[in-house]
Amino acid sequence: MPVRHPRGEAACLNKAMLRFLLTRVSLVVPTFIGMTLLAFFLIRLVPGDPIETMAGERGIDAARHDALLREYGLDRPVLVQYGIYIGRVLHGDLGKSMITQAPVLREFFALFPATIELALCAILFALIVGIPAGIIAAVNRNSLFDHGVMGVSLTGYSMPIFWWGLLLILLFSVQLGWTPVSGRIDVRYYIEPVTGFLTIDALLSGEKGAFKSAVSHLVLPTIVLGTQPLAIIARMTRSAMLEVLGEDYIRTARAKGLSSLRVVALHALRNALIPVITVIGLQVGVLFTGAILTETIFSWPGVGKWLIEAINRRDYPVLQGGVLLLGVIVMAVNLLVDVTYGIINPRIRRS
Amino acid sequence: MTSEATLVAPAPANAPRGPLREFWGYFSANHGAVAGLIFIVAVVLTAVFANVLAPYPPDLTNNAVFLKPPAWQAGGAWAYPLGTDAIGRDILSRLIFGARLSLLIGVAVVAMAIVTGIVLGMIAGFFRGAVEIAIMRLMDIILTLPSLLLAIVIVAILGPGIMNAMLAVAVVVLPHYVRLTRAAVITETSKDYVTAARAGGATKLRLMFSEVLPNCSAPLIVQASLGVSTAILDAAALGFLGLGAQPPASEWGTMLADAREFVLRAWWVVTFPGLMILLTVLAFNLFGDGLRDALDPKLKR
Repeated sequence: MPVRHPRGEAACLNKAMLRFLLTRVSLVVPTFIGMTLLAFFLIRLVPGDPIETMAGERGIDAARHDALLREYGLDRPVLVQYGIYIGRVLHGDLGKSMITQAPVLREFFALFPATIELALCAILFALIVGIPAGIIAAVNRNSLFDHGVMGVSLTGYSMPIFWWGLLLILLFSVQLGWTPVSGRIDVRYYIEPVTGFLTIDALLSGEKGAFKSAVSHLVLPTIVLGTQPLAIIARMTRSAMLEVLGEDYIRTARAKGLSSLRVVALHALRNALIPVITVIGLQVGVLFTGAILTETIFSWPGVGKWLIEAINRRDYPVLQGGVLLLGVIVMAVNLLVDVTYGIINPRIRRS
Repeated sequence: MTSEATLVAPAPANAPRGPLREFWGYFSANHGAVAGLIFIVAVVLTAVFANVLAPYPPDLTNNAVFLKPPAWQAGGAWAYPLGTDAIGRDILSRLIFGARLSLLIGVAVVAMAIVTGIVLGMIAGFFRGAVEIAIMRLMDIILTLPSLLLAIVIVAILGPGIMNAMLAVAVVVLPHYVRLTRAAVITETSKDYVTAARAGGATKLRLMFSEVLPNCSAPLIVQASLGVSTAILDAAALGFLGLGAQPPASEWGTMLADAREFVLRAWWVVTFPGLMILLTVLAFNLFGDGLRDALDPKLKR
């Protein structure tokens, strides 16, 4: 064991930190390989011949069928197909859509900002409402507010969001006429994409009413997509906070005569946020899942709707590429969460 | 019987209560949990006695009553209390029979996921090293893909249908149980009582199942209660997308899919199936919450 003096310990910590970061980052590689395998083989196993599916009911003659098989490389052994596939993926080539003939990567990134805009608004909505609600509920345990937060949170968590979306459309769009039923912006406006976020682009364009239109299209999908994360975050913040508030060091802090606010904000919150951050990381998957349903209901032109359409059309390259790209994005966020977790919780770093 | 007599006899004030009575004492103090339990029991009874309770068979169509509104609305009739759908089937009867499918889905999915999850999580948490990495990588891959998308891909391979939908949902929710178990095991094994048990010569299997598992069961129970809801919701979402239970099955999500195109002229065909999903899932969540509060020794006084 090295002799411990203050400076040595700091250096030791930094080294441990670096090792933790390197280990965590190196683990990304097998996950990535696993994902490509999953994306590739799962979709190969789907019953039905893609060429015949493309040809539709008219059928296709044998020579043309073979030519198309060769063109898409579908006649080669599966392992060779996988090798070719992963080589192309590493060069950023995810193939072309069988329907539109456009590169998958280009289609994805043309639609992705719409999904991100929606997902960011949803998670912001969930965090801004959920964390304070959870903290206040925990601190005032068993108060009317606590029961209210828990009731709303449980209802939100239990909500089938495809039904919730239909109900909101029934109420706000059909009955009250406050918000539009579908799309991102009124057809009257043509907004030059700059950031890809239509609300920001609409502001930049300076067109009158464009921003208002974009926001009014965004409100219902944001609420629908944000409902489950909001419920989970509020619930998790509350229960983590309750757990921490029962710990000995909180009792000690209180016994020292520190103010309630100081105990909650400084001592409890830091430790309570650890499980909450993990939960927020897990929400990225929930958000993309929700996006599939939300985008389908509101005809929101994002990647979720695009992927469902690809599944219905058996557009293999789009499915493969889309699943892989979404997977990589969620993986990156998970990595970020784990690293943050390591930074705020030194015990994990050392293990 | 003497043992029952002692149970019923009023206990002296300072005698310790039995664990089951103590549990019920805490549980019944939570009104939400009791309400959830009552609703679950009601749904279970409805499912069991669907044949007796439903006024019509779930698939019986009646050409005379397309899209009839609920009884209390103009044009409604008490013969069809909640109205009829687009091909004249009684919505109430379909909801009653739908309880069977939804409960089956919820319970079967959680049972599959929790058993597999505990075993994998225990192995990962105890043995660490390469085994842990392999298990957690696999779980990461499953978690990394948006759950519904993965479920859709699995169902697309296996073919649409209720069994395949259940299997797909079980695979998709598995990582949560594995992660929870592993995290709880790692936290618990660093505590003194485990060290003490280990020093006392407890075997690894004993450590895993009789020392650590009881102490990390609380988060698992919370997760399982939420898991029934997730299972019902995800299976309903698959049904809604046409990949779960197939028509004419009276599964609630599939009913919503059938009803979607009539949303603007017949609110009842959309509202009631969704409401049943919401209430059932809510009941399981309330029940699970009550279970958590009653089981968690930290929250006890």
